[in-house]
Amino acid sequence: MGKTLYEKIWEAHTITEGHDGQTLLHVARHLVHDGSVHAFEFLQDRGLKVRRPDQIFATPDHGVSTRSHVMEAIGDPEQKRVVQLLDRNTRKFGIVHFALDDPRQGIVHVVGPEQGITQPGIVLVCGDSHTSTHGALGALAFGAGASEITHVLATQTTWQGRSKTMRIAVDGKLPFGVTAKDVILAIIAKVGANGASGYVIEYAGATIRAMSIEERLTVCNMSIEAGARAGMVAPDETTYAYLKGRPYAPKGAAWDRALAYWKTLPSDADAKFDAEVVLDAAQLAPMVTWGNSPEDASPVTGKVPDPKSETDPERRSYLQRTLEYMGLAPGMALTDIAVDQVFIGSCTNARLEDLRAAAEVAKRGRAKVPVLVSPGSTQVKLAAEKEGLDRIFRDAGFEWRESGCSMCVGMNGDLVPAGKRCASTSNRNFAGRQGKGSRTHLLSPAMAAAAALTGRITDVRKL
Amino acid sequence: MQPFVVLEGVAAPLDKSKVDTDQILPARFLRRPRKEGYGQFLFRDWMDDPQFVLNQAPYREARILVADRNFGGGSSREQAPWALSDYGIRCVIAADFGDIFYFNSLKTGVLPVALPAEICSDFRKSLHQKPGATMKVDLPAQTVTGPDGAAYKFEIDAFRKKCLLEGLDDIGITLQHEAAIAAFEAKYRQRFDWLFHGNV
Repeated sequence: MGKTLYEKIWEAHTITEGHDGQTLLHVARHLVHDGSVHAFEFLQDRGLKVRRPDQIFATPDHGVSTRSHVMEAIGDPEQKRVVQLLDRNTRKFGIVHFALDDPRQGIVHVVGPEQGITQPGIVLVCGDSHTSTHGALGALAFGAGASEITHVLATQTTWQGRSKTMRIAVDGKLPFGVTAKDVILAIIAKVGANGASGYVIEYAGATIRAMSIEERLTVCNMSIEAGARAGMVAPDETTYAYLKGRPYAPKGAAWDRALAYWKTLPSDADAKFDAEVVLDAAQLAPMVTWGNSPEDASPVTGKVPDPKSETDPERRSYLQRTLEYMGLAPGMALTDIAVDQVFIGSCTNARLEDLRAAAEVAKRGRAKVPVLVSPGSTQVKLAAEKEGLDRIFRDAGFEWRESGCSMCVGMNGDLVPAGKRCASTSNRNFAGRQGKGSRTHLLSPAMAAAAALTGRITDVRKL
Repeated sequence: MQPFVVLEGVAAPLDKSKVDTDQILPARFLRRPRKEGYGQFLFRDWMDDPQFVLNQAPYREARILVADRNFGGGSSREQAPWALSDYGIRCVIAADFGDIFYFNSLKTGVLPVALPAEICSDFRKSLHQKPGATMKVDLPAQTVTGPDGAAYKFEIDAFRKKCLLEGLDDIGITLQHEAAIAAFEAKYRQRFDWLFHGNV
């Protein structure tokens, strides 16, 4: 029987099988950020060293100020402490660090692919749940907590149990106004917020094949919001074209050797998946979330659900408390929801194509509410400025900032105040995610820009 | 890691599904040094509500939490199980767990027990009827005994079970494989040499 992409990468990284079904996997690439501070502390408390510093890459993202990338701009002493510690730890252990003032700095999940650090057929680990992003290049990439990260720093390995495999096939042409963000929100709505728990997802089908790498990164990024261990797309010509010439991508004869390996990776035609999900892209509309779970996504033409029409008591109780938290009335049209502010950024939707899509809409009007645009990396920022996107945003009254995780998680002080409502291109609409009491609606960059121009959730197709 | 063998203690019912990691431990506390403790930040944004279960006298001493579906989805923050453990909760029973939270808990000495949603629901009902009732979690036998005395079997990976029982952390175990790791790395660096070129 044929093998899946996941199985091929698994086998290429298996050091030893043992411990009752657990496999010791080699970690080819490890990405660290300011949040990895606890792992470095644990490592040093135990008197251990970083085993393979040349396989680790670092950049600060969660706590960095988007107002300025000088260290003094970080107002919160706890955030400043960990950004400074990242600098100290990477120097101490000889780890490549794209520091705050480095033009290669950015959100770790934007920087990895951008620099060619993320490559097909590797195991990649990072202390952040959105590590699933890197699967877009055909890598097996997953997030882990501080103890596991300590383990990876010390041993360059991880103990893993074999996941089940799920193939999600998306076919059909994406209708006008429907983007990769809408595809993944529709997938999560269908599969459920923990529906892919225990699985590694492979996204397949003509719609995924037709996507650019940036679009695939958006799709894979939110695999974790369906509960999956990882999400991946088999490498193809689009992948190779994207990687060629990037700083850490192989060059010359090494490129040919790499390419020969990459071409062996796609799942075999007779490979078997434990679960199959099918989605018709042609039926999709721009999506928006109304609740506190990414699965609470609906076409923008839809309505806020009514708890009274729910028969399942757990579901009814969830809807009641969610609508109360979100300040929404049952049955109201999603396009009647007024927003107080807009965030365009995050590892989900802050790459160049995302900013272009938002700028295309921003051109057509002026913001009615405050809008914060934070590019996914300093490289994205520079490229966007070269194209004049910053000017389009500024002319529309959008605020153009530096790169970082920013308002997606609100750790750097970019917050949504309690009771305020934010249309956001990020990945989580959890209660309090963007600040205590904040209300988040997830949507695509174009939809976010449309909401900015009208001050409410808006069907970008009708703008 | 603190070993986990048998735990008997007060159990608190948490009647909410989809309790994500941002509820368990909000992001604004993530950068506190580990040694300063995280117990005071557990469910921080719910603790202002006097009706919240852990604010009610009989449940304040809870060692076990009984939740609903999809507990711990979201972030990879190990601080979520640290907050539970530092508060005194060493076991969470739920219908299913966020994948990363589940493994982070095991590494923190907090036992996540997955049982069918109906059983979790029955436990919570009993705990409401008998506030302050205790439950028992027996890791060697892999059983949970509810407030009514009925026992249920649960599943756990044998490797993680052993680590919990003995309080082992896996770095020590892994380092015993040093020879295999070194041999693998040498081969890997040869086969995938292009991964090691441009790292300047």
